[in-house]
Amino acid sequence: MSLFLAQVLKVVVIFAGLVSAAGVSTLAERKVSAWIQLRLGPNRVGPFGVLQPLADGIKFFFKEEFIPQGATRWLFLLAPMLAAIPAMMTVAVIPFTGVIATVDGTPIYGSIADIDIGAIYVMAISGLGVYGIILGGWASNSKYSLLGGLRASAQMISYELSMILVILSIVAMSGTMNLREITDQQNANSLLGFLPAWNVFYQPLGFVLFVICTFAETNRHPFDFAECESELVGGFHTEYSSMKFALFFIGEYCAMIVMSCLTTTLFLGGAAVPFWAEAPWFVGLAAFVVKAAFFMFLFIWVRWSLPRFRYDQLMALGWKVFLPLALANVFVTGLVLSL
Amino acid sequence: MPEQLFEYAPLPADRDDPLAGELMDMNMGPSHPATHGVLRLKVKVDGELAREIDPVIGYLHRGKEKSCESLGWRKFFVHTDRLDYLQPYLNNVGYALALEKLAGLAVPERAQVIRVLLMEVSRIMSHLIAVGVSAIDLGAVSIFFFTFQERERLYDVLDAYTGHRMNNTYVRMGGVYADLDDRVLASLREFFAEFGDKVDEWESLLTGNAIWHGRNRGVGKISREDALAFNLTGPNLRGSGVEFDLRKAEPYSGYETYDFDVPVGTVGDAFDRYLVRVEEMRQSARICKQAIERLDASRGAEFLTRDRRYVLPPKEAVHTSMEELIHQFKIVTDLALPEGEAYVGVESSKGELGFYLASDGTSEPLRCHVRAPSLMNVQAIPKLAEGGLLSDLVTVIGSLDFVMGEVDR
Repeated sequence: MSLFLAQVLKVVVIFAGLVSAAGVSTLAERKVSAWIQLRLGPNRVGPFGVLQPLADGIKFFFKEEFIPQGATRWLFLLAPMLAAIPAMMTVAVIPFTGVIATVDGTPIYGSIADIDIGAIYVMAISGLGVYGIILGGWASNSKYSLLGGLRASAQMISYELSMILVILSIVAMSGTMNLREITDQQNANSLLGFLPAWNVFYQPLGFVLFVICTFAETNRHPFDFAECESELVGGFHTEYSSMKFALFFIGEYCAMIVMSCLTTTLFLGGAAVPFWAEAPWFVGLAAFVVKAAFFMFLFIWVRWSLPRFRYDQLMALGWKVFLPLALANVFVTGLVLSL
Repeated sequence: MPEQLFEYAPLPADRDDPLAGELMDMNMGPSHPATHGVLRLKVKVDGELAREIDPVIGYLHRGKEKSCESLGWRKFFVHTDRLDYLQPYLNNVGYALALEKLAGLAVPERAQVIRVLLMEVSRIMSHLIAVGVSAIDLGAVSIFFFTFQERERLYDVLDAYTGHRMNNTYVRMGGVYADLDDRVLASLREFFAEFGDKVDEWESLLTGNAIWHGRNRGVGKISREDALAFNLTGPNLRGSGVEFDLRKAEPYSGYETYDFDVPVGTVGDAFDRYLVRVEEMRQSARICKQAIERLDASRGAEFLTRDRRYVLPPKEAVHTSMEELIHQFKIVTDLALPEGEAYVGVESSKGELGFYLASDGTSEPLRCHVRAPSLMNVQAIPKLAEGGLLSDLVTVIGSLDFVMGEVDR
């Protein structure tokens, strides 16, 4: 019984944590962009504007619900859900920390579901998110949205492949697809005695490829062709308003958070604290949050610093540069492992 | 990154595709974030390719040229500000030069220096927008804020001088309305002391950036001959390698006495035009520094001619003398210019801005025509962007740099 309760508690806490983290990220995005752009950013709602995400949420609720003429109604309504839900589902297998407690001899892990195919689950579910964008673009009955949706689909195919290949090298190295075990392995020993045994030091190329691919995977600048406000006027979400638009937004931020968490788990040892393998679970959790927050900051930092790629350049980069590199990475990993 | 990544060929007609060769109509504008004002582009797209582009103008037509005929010579000054509203002084000076040519009026030395300073500041303000906005079109949002920050500082300085941020109307026939005081000169000097570093900073974010290169190199390329055939002038022509600058070719307002270079491009693509604009900002800053020194030296000299045929008498005299009052009334209500016609072109930030004026000797202008460089720039959009990607169309629009207020007039 208490096991069940603990499970429910974990679901509630992690889900609430994810959604509020998405809210905080929107605030962080606005604050960091303001900081980069010599502005102040939101500072009216609450002290230093910290309640701005709440105000935004309330505003979204009271905006007019608008469905364009000629739109395919049920697909139009379905698309925002399809964009948001997979992003929220992916978080289920992320091990935020080590063993929290042991109840009746069963350890309670820091993830909602400790499954053996965690790596596959993440790729399978997060790949679904793009359907929301494609459908949203197609169902809107707008040409800009259509082009945005088309771009998103092509982009997704070209980047998910490299991403999966990078994960494959990690899996080959670790010998497991369970994300918790991948974390534990990075925590267990140290590299050359002075570096933590994080995968980033074993797979530097894989790390760089993976981080770039997460940008494309989450449709994030400089790969945000699906929205591309300069030529496509917002792309797939041009016609969306009120909470439906907010759902796309939440989905995007959740996807970013999940990808940050995944990068942390796969490459930065997850909840591992350097040289303190026996760290208590809450210290591990704090370490995890700090590492993931760094990647969130990276997402924001890059967005406000770089120009956008062109669509064909992105495709060329994906197929002609990243895919061969990821394949080479898998090959070298396999070669080293077999020696 | 290679310049041409893919070869785009039209789909073969015999392919098993019922929509093969069919183009989709897309309407960009008149309210579209990338068309820089109320320009409308009718684009026929083939997937991501813009096959046919048809610019539609006229959404901002206010009948400016006709207004001149009904308003008279003096009152049209206010309207010149609103042609290319990013560079009001340049328009003012262009119009004033045409009027002065028609009237045979000489302008005092200090007024000319003030005009040069104002024109170059205008050019910088306009180029700041051009660079910032073309960056925001390509997704580099922060550059836009950086350039706007500097533009804002210039606006503050000129606000202190004229009392307005935009649409200042501070140039008059025969000089300028008021003298530049030391406070304004000091803040301008302060601005230009830091300006070079700022330009370097923006360049460090854009010029060497691989993504920026990829987006601009080889995009919207126009050859020397085509650029001339399309009547492009200004940075767009110089980007294609033609060294033509009215400030050097037909100097006015004493430009021949200033020391500055005219940057030219080599290939004529969007990247060259960007580089030309960035360098022109530096050169303009150079001219401004020289002008500020001259103004320091000529403190107290005349800034408005005393030729009372065209210039209002001093207010004090109007208040005390009947004759002066009548004279002021005559100038304000019905200023007549000698019969004849005059054309003056000035080097504006968009190209050659020309004013053609025809007078029949009365106070009603016979004809006023504005040669708006922006119109020629808009004209070149299809030539530069047809057959390219939709994203390149945005690059082309940004790199051509036009203002719809001037296109439509």
